[in-house]
Amino acid sequence: MLNEELKLNPKLIPSFLGKEKIEEKPNRDGYGEGLVLAGDENNNVVVLCADLTESTRSLAFAKKYPERFFEVGVAEQNLATIAAGLGVSGKIPFISSYATFSPGRNWEQIRTTIAYNNSNVKIVGAHSGVSVGPDGATHQAIEDIATMRVMANMKVFVPCDSIEAKKVTLAASRIFGPVYFRLARESTPIITTEETPFVPQKADVYWLSKKPQAAIIASGPLLYEALFAAYELEKEGVETLVLNNVSVKPMDEKKIIEVAKKTEAIVTVEEHQVMGGMGGAVAEILAKNYPVPMEFIGMQDVFGESGQPNELIKKYKMSKNNIISAVKKVIKRKK
Amino acid sequence: MLQLDDKKIEYLEILANQIRQDVIKMLVEAGSGHSAGSLGMADIFTAMYFHVLNHDPKNPFWPDRDRLVLSNGHICPVLYATMARAGYFPLEELTTLRKINSRLQGHPHRESLPGIETTSGPLGSGLSQAIGIALAAKLDHKKYRTYCLMSDGEHDEGNVWEAVMFAGKNRLSNLTAILDRNNIQIDGFTENVMPLEPLKAKYESFNWHVLEVDGHNISDFIDAVFEAQAIFEKPTMIIAHTIPGKGVSFMERDYAWHGIPPNKEQAAAALKELRTLGGKIKSEHE
Repeated sequence: MLNEELKLNPKLIPSFLGKEKIEEKPNRDGYGEGLVLAGDENNNVVVLCADLTESTRSLAFAKKYPERFFEVGVAEQNLATIAAGLGVSGKIPFISSYATFSPGRNWEQIRTTIAYNNSNVKIVGAHSGVSVGPDGATHQAIEDIATMRVMANMKVFVPCDSIEAKKVTLAASRIFGPVYFRLARESTPIITTEETPFVPQKADVYWLSKKPQAAIIASGPLLYEALFAAYELEKEGVETLVLNNVSVKPMDEKKIIEVAKKTEAIVTVEEHQVMGGMGGAVAEILAKNYPVPMEFIGMQDVFGESGQPNELIKKYKMSKNNIISAVKKVIKRKK
Repeated sequence: MLQLDDKKIEYLEILANQIRQDVIKMLVEAGSGHSAGSLGMADIFTAMYFHVLNHDPKNPFWPDRDRLVLSNGHICPVLYATMARAGYFPLEELTTLRKINSRLQGHPHRESLPGIETTSGPLGSGLSQAIGIALAAKLDHKKYRTYCLMSDGEHDEGNVWEAVMFAGKNRLSNLTAILDRNNIQIDGFTENVMPLEPLKAKYESFNWHVLEVDGHNISDFIDAVFEAQAIFEKPTMIIAHTIPGKGVSFMERDYAWHGIPPNKEQAAAALKELRTLGGKIKSEHE
């Protein structure tokens, strides 16, 4: 059952039952709201954008604080490096573009001038995952978690909904040092509420059955599919727990090891390549501390394509039913 | 600002020679590193740290200091030697260049050594970082100026032109770029590898104020830097024409010396030549 202490959206269960429609919102909207709050709180917050101000939801900040907003044009290398200069001069720059371009195209600039330089820059990758949809694979970032988490000094967050995205944005402005977080284009279910805690480097158990036989560890909007899968599995008599793994780096190692010990089987869920992503990071922790059978839901070494988000999630086997199958498979693999 | 009289110029010229000798000693000790650009920029680094910059070597994090951003980080031997001579750290430390546990990394790392403003090495990213620093000065209503020292070869990088456009658009008059126009890069002469000319016209068309000087004429160079401070409408680019390897005859103008150090015999010959020249390393059209 859902963890009541976390005050999650009360419409979750009714939505699983098909009785009520859950509110949906793109989590980039939460970023836009969080950016204004961060700007209200700290004069040093500045925002840079590369010709995607509205789409990456930087517009509200740009309107409220025009003197602290910089349009760099379609130039992601410049976006990262100007921010690097601001970040070593007492400013807290947020830079946003589509994740395939930033942190895609400007990876080396981010590595040298932000990460190694330890400049206080927050990199925000919008349009992550295949659920970007009709734009196709060129605009669907499915490598960004891997390419960012591999950098020393870099922290990585993957918010599950717009409310959590707002909290991540505000938290990022208060953390000193380089941070990356990813956003999604499409509307996704609101899983949390304003009251739900978000603490960097903490993973919370969102769903817990009495005797969980497997743990589903999810990051990002697919957390909804994971919770839905847990709900259906419980009806079938398969007990699980679901962890919202929003802090990909640093990860809540203690919690990961704890749920591995409790369940002896793990399924990771993310809209990202299975290599090097959040699931890979979980595997690194468990291989070292407490190896258990694992299954990985995500992109299986392929690119996406054009299509509707729900069609793509199904085609690339990241839906509720795929999670259910993976849980059953991983339980069978237990000794 | 101290008066720039003949005596001061002579002092700077002798200092620049000392710094060249430091560079040779560092490079031969390190066994790797970039000779040509380091020697070619010795006069400009000396002028910057000993006459132009408003800075305090004993207080490298002073918030109002002028910022010097070295974009082409590979010529850091001359940066380190000049900083040590200016009092940022002991001269003895210079021979730790490129060695284990040294603060003098093969390419400059901001967090390793106080006084280094940005991490650099990968080319083409210094100007935009200098822009970020200059923007911060404007936001904070600070008077400090930002100087970006760049190479000509790194103008092959697209990131440079993104930065040039941005600085022109935003009229960053508190930013001065200084281009080491020595016409060489690793694979040969710049105009063969990837032609850059007409550089002055290119910068002007991007809404920059452009000055051209002899990079070995300390007095002319300093005049240009102060002229740039008087331009309120635009950022300024000072194209400084330099001779790679300047001061060591067998290195001068030879692109083969871009990325290699002298061996022991070559270093001894270079040091002998430099000691003999004393304060006589000057531009050839004075």
